[in-house]
Amino acid sequence: MRWLLCLPLYLLLTACDGGLWNNPYPAADAGKSVFYTAFTARPKHFDPAQAYSEDEYAFLAQIYQPPLQYHYLKRPYTLVPQAASAMPQVRYFDKNNKPLPQHAPAAQIAFSEYEIHLRPDLRYQPHPALARDAAGKPLYMALTEKDWQGIHTLTDFRETGTRAVTAADYVYQIKRLAHPDLYSPIYGVMADYIVGFKEYAKTLREARKKQPEGWLNLNDYPLPGVQVVDAHTYRIRIHGKYPQFAYWLAMPFFAPMPWEAERFYAQPGMRERNLTLDWWPLGSGPYYLSENNPNQRMVLSRNPNFSGEFYPSEGEPGDRKAGLLQDAGKPLPLIDKVVFSREKETIPYWNKFLQGYYDASGISSDSFDQAVQVNVGGEANVTDAMKAQGISLSTSVATSTMFMGFNWLDATVGGPSERARKLRQAISIAVDWEEFISIFANGRGIAAQSPIPPGIFGYRKGEAGINHYVYDWVNGAPQRKSIEVAKQLLAEAGYPGGLDEKTRQPLVIYLDTTATGVGDKSRLDWLRKQFAKINLQLVARSTDWNRFQDKLSKGDTQLFFYGWNADYPDPENFLFLLSGAQAKVKYGGANSANYSNPEYDRLFEQMKNMDNGPARQAIIDQMLEILRRDSPWLWGYHPKDYVLHHSWVHNSKPNKMANNSLKYLRIDAAQRDAMRKQWNQPELWPLALLGAMLAALGGWLWWALRQREQAR
Amino acid sequence: MIAYLIRRMLYAIPVLIGVNLLTFALFFVVNTPDDMARVQLGIKRVTPEAIEQWKQRHGYDKPLLYNARAAGMDRFTDTIFFDKSASMFVFDFGYSDDGRSISREIVTRMGPSLSIALPTFLIGLVSYVTFALLMTLFRATALDIVGVTLCVVLMSISGLFYIIGGQFLVSKLWHWVPISGYGGGFDNFRFVLLPIVIGVASGIGASSRWYRTIFLEEIGKDYVRTARAKGVSELGVLFRHVLKNAMIPILTGVVVVIPLLFMGSLLTESFFGIPGLGSYTIDAINAQDFSVVRAMVFLGSVLYIAGLILTDISYTLVDPRVRLS
Amino acid sequence: MSFLPVMLWTDALVFLLIATAIASAWWVRRQPHLLLPWRRVAQSRVGMVSLLVLSLFVLVGVLDSLHYRVALPEKSNGQTVYAPEVLSAFDYLADGLRTHTEKTYSAPLAVYLYAKESMEMADGKVVRDYPRLKYGGAQLADPQRDWLGDVTGRALTGAAAGLLAVLLLAGAVVKVVPAAKKSKPMFAVLVTALLIAAVLGAVADLATAYHVLGTDKVGQDVLYLSLKSIRTGLVIGTVTTLVMLPFALLLGVAAGYFRGWVDDVIQYVYTVLSSIPSVLLIAAAVLMVQVVIGMHADWFDTAAKRADVRLLALCLILGVTSWTGLCRLLRGETLKLREMEYIQAAQAFGVSSFRILMRHIVPNVMHIVLISVVMDFSALVLAEAVLSYVGVGVDPTTNSFGNMINSARLEMAREPMVWWSLASAFGFMLLLVLAANLFADVLRDAFDSRLNRTENS
Repeated sequence: MRWLLCLPLYLLLTACDGGLWNNPYPAADAGKSVFYTAFTARPKHFDPAQAYSEDEYAFLAQIYQPPLQYHYLKRPYTLVPQAASAMPQVRYFDKNNKPLPQHAPAAQIAFSEYEIHLRPDLRYQPHPALARDAAGKPLYMALTEKDWQGIHTLTDFRETGTRAVTAADYVYQIKRLAHPDLYSPIYGVMADYIVGFKEYAKTLREARKKQPEGWLNLNDYPLPGVQVVDAHTYRIRIHGKYPQFAYWLAMPFFAPMPWEAERFYAQPGMRERNLTLDWWPLGSGPYYLSENNPNQRMVLSRNPNFSGEFYPSEGEPGDRKAGLLQDAGKPLPLIDKVVFSREKETIPYWNKFLQGYYDASGISSDSFDQAVQVNVGGEANVTDAMKAQGISLSTSVATSTMFMGFNWLDATVGGPSERARKLRQAISIAVDWEEFISIFANGRGIAAQSPIPPGIFGYRKGEAGINHYVYDWVNGAPQRKSIEVAKQLLAEAGYPGGLDEKTRQPLVIYLDTTATGVGDKSRLDWLRKQFAKINLQLVARSTDWNRFQDKLSKGDTQLFFYGWNADYPDPENFLFLLSGAQAKVKYGGANSANYSNPEYDRLFEQMKNMDNGPARQAIIDQMLEILRRDSPWLWGYHPKDYVLHHSWVHNSKPNKMANNSLKYLRIDAAQRDAMRKQWNQPELWPLALLGAMLAALGGWLWWALRQREQAR
Repeated sequence: MIAYLIRRMLYAIPVLIGVNLLTFALFFVVNTPDDMARVQLGIKRVTPEAIEQWKQRHGYDKPLLYNARAAGMDRFTDTIFFDKSASMFVFDFGYSDDGRSISREIVTRMGPSLSIALPTFLIGLVSYVTFALLMTLFRATALDIVGVTLCVVLMSISGLFYIIGGQFLVSKLWHWVPISGYGGGFDNFRFVLLPIVIGVASGIGASSRWYRTIFLEEIGKDYVRTARAKGVSELGVLFRHVLKNAMIPILTGVVVVIPLLFMGSLLTESFFGIPGLGSYTIDAINAQDFSVVRAMVFLGSVLYIAGLILTDISYTLVDPRVRLS
Repeated sequence: MSFLPVMLWTDALVFLLIATAIASAWWVRRQPHLLLPWRRVAQSRVGMVSLLVLSLFVLVGVLDSLHYRVALPEKSNGQTVYAPEVLSAFDYLADGLRTHTEKTYSAPLAVYLYAKESMEMADGKVVRDYPRLKYGGAQLADPQRDWLGDVTGRALTGAAAGLLAVLLLAGAVVKVVPAAKKSKPMFAVLVTALLIAAVLGAVADLATAYHVLGTDKVGQDVLYLSLKSIRTGLVIGTVTTLVMLPFALLLGVAAGYFRGWVDDVIQYVYTVLSSIPSVLLIAAAVLMVQVVIGMHADWFDTAAKRADVRLLALCLILGVTSWTGLCRLLRGETLKLREMEYIQAAQAFGVSSFRILMRHIVPNVMHIVLISVVMDFSALVLAEAVLSYVGVGVDPTTNSFGNMINSARLEMAREPMVWWSLASAFGFMLLLVLAANLFADVLRDAFDSRLNRTENS
């Protein structure tokens, strides 16, 4: 009860600086060009060679500057130069290293060579690893016990320095992808493509054995496939033709890394203080990490040495009307500082957004459903209450697909037999994804017709693009086949009425899921209802993530939930999930359904390295027909990305591929302050009521006590 | 007395070894080193070689408890168990699986945990005792009955509801304090206010009722009757005699939890986004970070044992008849 | 309709518990000195009222523990085939509640769905509006006009029927046992029973036509879910103590009686166990059980069995973490008892230790056991909710208060707010725990006023 005494004091204090009681930020930050957002999971890696998840890229993509990037506004997604001065030139060579013309058939091409020219004005963020004294000698490269006094975090180093980014730094980072200590997730892919990469990894492993601790200077070990041409040019040579390679060049894996950084962090005493490259990045992008407290908040500040990038001046039709081109030609970034607060629970996250303390909110989680209404035309919009607050919504279909896979190796549901195929097709009809989307995602998604989501080459709109095994084309829209069709298929498969013809036992399908969290029960309940429609019994086996992975890699599943986010916007990145060469059980690959179909695999190899065009589309159409017939997945749905933002946020457009979009955003801080003030006036009557009640109670107690004393 | 304390502390060593062995066994049944590697290496494109490399790098490629291939004492010391346990006894917790120093993390997270737990504890103690005293003062009147009933009702409500309800009313509807978060310096006041109030409120039922029974027991004793017969006022009796004597069981009862305050509260911290040790523990369980979980279990056990020893000491301090031997 | 009875592990334990309770009641009946405290309980108004409420909960829980599988209409080679879905006697009684599922949320007693939907009208125009529910108030032709009258009408008839039934029952009881009339708490119990019966009657009548507490995200009746959650709460509260009791009793008494190295070992074990923060211990153990269940999926032919094993495991683990307190108490009490003269005498006569323990020590500590069992009950029910929040509670497919709160938590942020799931979980839990707490109080007062009361710390 004592805290009540402190309240008036508290009131007084906050009243003085004019702040709002519930403002989670220091009152002094009002009116500044700061963007407020949240992060839910603590990022694990900040090393561009290791990081591979979205929550890490939310930071990293702002800090590191790979050669290419996706155009912020244009759709379909297009690559444009970022650190490069122009798009890389590709030259092809045959196996005798003779140059080939640009349109040479893929079979002839033995090597492709990407030559990348960098912009000359790139500079790194201020960082102690680059600090030099007056004589030009590095300051912090030979730290002694004495130097460590008073140093607990990176910001305790007094001096910082910078230097120009060179082509050698880009090459250094590519070499790091093979570093034995780093376990880069893309090493496996790159080893297949970059010339000499496998041998290079072996060399580094040997070198690491000889020198188990300390800095391994990769400059001492040349990599034949990657070469520095001059200070601003380098070449990457890969095996065969691989047009998708350009997409990799837009990911932080290919950002520059100064060797000084590795050497700096390899010094003794660094790791004990959590000072590692995995934790304190050193980049040349528009922002740098100025505060690093993953438990509480992370702050990105404008990199003072960054220049030379401008807001795009063209976009999709409609972007101009949406006001997305107002800042065309302005130097980036437009915001000085970005504050990420840790928000583990969704309710506080959502409420703070409504109170104006977060500028934008990606409504990825279910709890945010209620923000969105779907109108008669099927178009999503925010609710009236939110419209009144000035909150608006931008949507885009994500380049991802959520699906349920049948294990191809399972005796009941898997395999190419006619029986199993009909069973899978029956289930495909029964599980009504349209209803799923409307209940669990409030319309935030579209039911999938194949693994390829809209916006990716190979996706077809309209009647040509529907899955004829599950849908009919009725009145210009796909309509799920009736449940009778599913029952018929089930009977043909040998399970009339859900009973096995031979054993007369009801057919039970086992679903493996990692669903143990909030709201998962209702999903499982819903799924059970879907299977019950055709008298099948669904039994959910929930387990933890590790066990689930284990089961997948052993092929010990029947049906499982899974999802895939595109690495790059190319159909190959989705269709490879079903290629036999990627089978999980056999090869430990990404094909968790273990689907294999020789015809599909043959077409896949053919399609893989083709340039987009009618020929590729034709092959993809064939492949999709095979997939739909075999139904190795319930195709599930493609979630829609919605970003809600307040009226003071400008230039917001969801872009699933580009993670470096913070530099394009602009905010109106004055408007934000006014709105916050309007929305967050504290309600005083409960406080008054509480005070009055306490006073009354106290008074009454006092009176009763007096009465008692006198009565004695 | 000092000899006794030393003995108690020495006794802690086998207990801690037992704790270590138990958590180790439980965790490795659940969590093979392969699992840990997979969690750490992420979801996409993980190769079996990468898992092997990770295990080698982090010392998980050895046998768990007994190394048949080694010679002599190495059979027991060249194992994962020995590697990961021995250093704990000098409070060197090593690195979490994402490469951050655990000791450092614990030190930085203790502050936020304490800033919630300590005020909750102190304010709680004062208000529970006050409330219990009031009920004692008005014993066998309507106020007492209402008070006790209120206590029973309050302690029948799940702690989750206090947090959910508190956040909803105070933060969402009334805009009094930020919904969640944590700040440094004086500004921190507004962040910790609600968690503390909720912490105090959720304990008021059980504790006040317990204290009330202690007071009632004390008030029935002879010396109280004597004092009253001498004409000491009711309030005087209550404060000068009852409170003073009843504080002995109360204090010795709560001493054991004082060291555990460092561990913070799991629920409050994760609901309010407070970067303390409680949320660290939850995160570690969810991320299956074995090193952190072991460190927290070890720390918790040490603090608990410290609490037991403190309880013993407090007995001798408040009651001179008790001798430790 | 033929069916196959199914005995889940927890069912077996529940019935074992009931059998034990009946057997001990039978035994106590003939021991006047043991009967005395129970008489005191019977004289207490609070005690009898809370016992009435508790027994209603227990009734639901027991009905929900009688599991069976329905036979399918088709036979294979003359052998009956049973549906894999495991139902309970309670499901049978509440069949309407179970099967009447809507599409998604609807408010208590609502006639319309909570969310708007695009609907095609008869003239082919598409309108966006709240659709009517499939079951809730489906009998009303014009909800705007008829709803209020229908609801009050049903509530009143239901309540009246409930009141009538209780009055008849009370009359019959008084006829058969005239002594009941003189019993002190009779009036309070009757009033409570009438109140409950009125509410139950109204709810039962309304439930045939409406969703009295609304529906959840996938359209399941919240009343049904809440009632199903009762069993989980009861099982956690009782089976946990049942499984830990033998250990605590045996070890606690042994430690206190034999002292020496036995005492040392037992003390060591419980110091180790109690010094591990219990949440961590439970988390690790539950994860382990999940792994075992995951690896041996073929052990369980129905989903209910899987979930049940998980529930049982949770009980066991909670038992392991909570037996130390009781063990310590028993050890202390035994230390005191063994210094008593009659035990010293028995030892001097050379009576075997086992006999002394069984004849003299154990019966004399049983009141501690009883009190701590009753006191633990409510704590365990509350603990389940917290554990489910942390993610180491019961199986997510099991109906439990923890799971209900956990999924309802997010609904609070909806606009308009979905409050009914959370409120139902809150109400049912409060009622259960409150009744248990009050009963525990009465029991404790009746059994021993000398007992050290600091044990509930």
